[in-house]
Amino acid sequence: MHRSALGLLTGFAFVVSAVAQETVPAPAISQFTLDNGLEVVVIPDPRAPIVTHMVWYRVGAADEPPGQSGVAHFLEHLMFRGTEAYPAGVLARMVSELGGNMNAFTSADVTTYFQTVPPDALGEMMAIEADRMRNVALPPEVIDAERSVVMEERRQVIESRPEGVLAEAFAATQFQNHPYGSPVIGWAHEIAALSREDALSFYNQYYAPNNALVVIAGDVELDTVRELAESTYGAVPPVPDLPERVRPEEPPQETSRTVTLSDPRVALPGFTRGWVVPSYRTAETGEAEALDVLAALLSDGTRSRLYQELVVEQGIAVRAGASYGGSAYDVATFTLSGAPRPGTSLDDLEAAIYAEIEDIIANGVTQEELDRVTTRFIRDTVFLRDDPANMARSYGLWLANGRTIEELANWPQTIAAVTPEAVQDVAARYLRPENAVTGYLLPEAQEQAQ
Amino acid sequence: MIALPRPLRQALTLLLVPLAVAALVLPAQAQIKFREITSPKGITAWMVEDYTVPIITLAFAFEGGAAQDPDDQLGRANLMSSLLDEGAGDLGSEAFQIRLDEVGLELGFSADQDTFSGSARMLADQRGEAAPLLALAVNAPRFDQPAVDRMRAQIMAGLVARSEDPGYAARLMWNKALFGDHPYGRPEEGTLETLPNISLQDLKAYHHAVFARDTLKVGIVGAISPDAAGALIDQVFGGLAETPELKPVLQAELSFGQELAVDYPLPQTSINMAFPGVAEDHPDFFPARVLTELVAGRGLLSTLNVEVREKRGLSYGVSGSMVNLEHAEAITIGTSTSPAQADEAVEVIRATLSGVAENGPQQDELERIKRYLIGAFPINQLRSSISIARAMVGQQLRDLPIDYIEERTERIEAVSAAEVQAVAQEIFTAEPSLMLVGPDPDPEQE
Repeated sequence: MHRSALGLLTGFAFVVSAVAQETVPAPAISQFTLDNGLEVVVIPDPRAPIVTHMVWYRVGAADEPPGQSGVAHFLEHLMFRGTEAYPAGVLARMVSELGGNMNAFTSADVTTYFQTVPPDALGEMMAIEADRMRNVALPPEVIDAERSVVMEERRQVIESRPEGVLAEAFAATQFQNHPYGSPVIGWAHEIAALSREDALSFYNQYYAPNNALVVIAGDVELDTVRELAESTYGAVPPVPDLPERVRPEEPPQETSRTVTLSDPRVALPGFTRGWVVPSYRTAETGEAEALDVLAALLSDGTRSRLYQELVVEQGIAVRAGASYGGSAYDVATFTLSGAPRPGTSLDDLEAAIYAEIEDIIANGVTQEELDRVTTRFIRDTVFLRDDPANMARSYGLWLANGRTIEELANWPQTIAAVTPEAVQDVAARYLRPENAVTGYLLPEAQEQAQ
Repeated sequence: MIALPRPLRQALTLLLVPLAVAALVLPAQAQIKFREITSPKGITAWMVEDYTVPIITLAFAFEGGAAQDPDDQLGRANLMSSLLDEGAGDLGSEAFQIRLDEVGLELGFSADQDTFSGSARMLADQRGEAAPLLALAVNAPRFDQPAVDRMRAQIMAGLVARSEDPGYAARLMWNKALFGDHPYGRPEEGTLETLPNISLQDLKAYHHAVFARDTLKVGIVGAISPDAAGALIDQVFGGLAETPELKPVLQAELSFGQELAVDYPLPQTSINMAFPGVAEDHPDFFPARVLTELVAGRGLLSTLNVEVREKRGLSYGVSGSMVNLEHAEAITIGTSTSPAQADEAVEVIRATLSGVAENGPQQDELERIKRYLIGAFPINQLRSSISIARAMVGQQLRDLPIDYIEERTERIEAVSAAEVQAVAQEIFTAEPSLMLVGPDPDPEQE
């Protein structure tokens, strides 16, 4: 497929479209909270004998102590080194023998562990996750090898790729005070200094039922899940001193900044321009939806403005896109990006892409465009239901970051209510050149010529 | 930021991409049953009827992919795959895409070396409008010059963008070295020289040659009855020619025992190995499949991950797979590590594989792998309607019967430690082809 998709943003709501509403009931999603504060969400789907179990901790790289970047992710690795009751390898072996799969990931806002297994194994999975919520062993002898693995991961994922190096520097430039500017995997020199005690202290502070959300999607029933949750997670004591989740705030951004990387591996230049904007959680009513719609009408699909104007009409871009990361817990980012066709200058492309924003600021957008975007968003919410693991991921992400089931349920309606004026307004208010950060990825020769 | 190895640079190849569908089995307890239907016009398809979610998903494939590209038109199949949603029948590109949105139809097309594949997803209550549009895309793609020029320019720009990337250069070199003059050794997406040679007539001719009922495989899943599915299949595929016009493709003779290096000042050295594989109809296939999973399968427990990652911290992960193409097979293993440790990592991998060849698998590990292979099918293949539809198409492409699952389960269960060891001795005592991409470890000697 040669066009950009919507990414995260369409990936969550469950209420079915006006189109399909008459024929199909929405899935019966349930939510309950245990006495110890653990939230549980159940998304039943009986189609195949599979269940996805995800534990979401409401803590991520942006919650790390100063000087310990990467500790959230390092701990994520160490969590697979086992507990006294379930030593290293037991979970992996159990999941493997079931033909299942398991993994984990860390972001700036959350740390997530998950398994996909046959439904019979759900209780066992919950027992293991409940146990390692408070009882991880962290044997001292594995710390060095695991730190080396993380360093290799950093080399592979970031340092070996010019795009990775630039993206890291871009974020560090974009955020002047908020920890979203630090890489989730950590700065290399700080990873090197991470100790067992650092990981343990982070763990003790944040890994607790009153800081977690469990999402279960697949061939299960609510009552079964409730019983299993009570008997496993229900026995885990909450931490009494869970810190309130307040990160350093970003000051008003008053400068435009540029980040440039030249690399001999780059043959075709590219640029990214980004702004700090409200997320769904922090936005005034309607602004996040308007930003979502703006990104979609700029770059979702072949009828989008950037594709039509820059790829089809002017033929100056290989790619041109916009995206909005509205699921962030604190502030979000809105980015434009593109790469010129060979023979076209990066400056011309950049100007042409930004001209599309200026056009929207000056002339607004049409109701037809909004209708098309809304229809797509709603259709994607139906298609999302085709994959329970994706349902679990989408719901978990949004709920862990502060939104509610009701808000997700109403999302198609709030999207449909976005007006042309609201889209024009967020473009004018937030996407100003004076405070944009622009990143350039350049071939080596081009840098030398400047 | 994943704790388990999901290496980005698993066996750096154009061709040797893991074909997950080709290697997994359905356990007897799976609740989802494939059934065969025959349309009124006589087209056979496999289907799963399911009304849980109001969508219909269709996957299909024709034999004849990039290996059919003429030498001077490399990239033809791939170029065509980018054009089937760019206008069809009396609808130009813009009109077609507006219509796609209006009727809620999602289309995707792709070509690999052996096949040309497509998928379509629609909301069930818009089937009446979506199906004719899908039929147009399949039967009457327009290949209008502006659309062809635009998609070709995008593909060529992608090639330009990769032209200085040592990883991409290495991939091309690797395929050429392994496959020699066989069509599999050529770049699927074409080259800057060959792409401009492809005319509208060439695309039409390829479409005409490949889109034929004899080699068509269809899988359909979702909120639709078998009768309606038959009618839908006839509507989409019933008008195609009976017989394709395919060039024969010879069996590939892979070259092993080569050592290749791409010197480049990278932060990591990537290590790629290719060993002989085993064809699916060979008696050693299942022992080889078990062996591959044992040494280089998913997760932290594979022998190589334990030795390279868990014990020594040399890499973020080792991955490997057995690749079964229509005319070639191989076992690939890949990892990446900091340059100073590259020799050590290669040594550990070699020693580990030799150890398996010498001692065979431990019984409990063998049992774990067998249970994994048997259980993984529903987890990986039945998770969504698109994965089910693709699994059904994959099984048909490989000429496997609809109830093959049970036979496979039995054959995996029957694999013994001695058989796995015998295959390991056969495969891992031969010299693999080896490619390192990274900084020259000994620049002063040059």
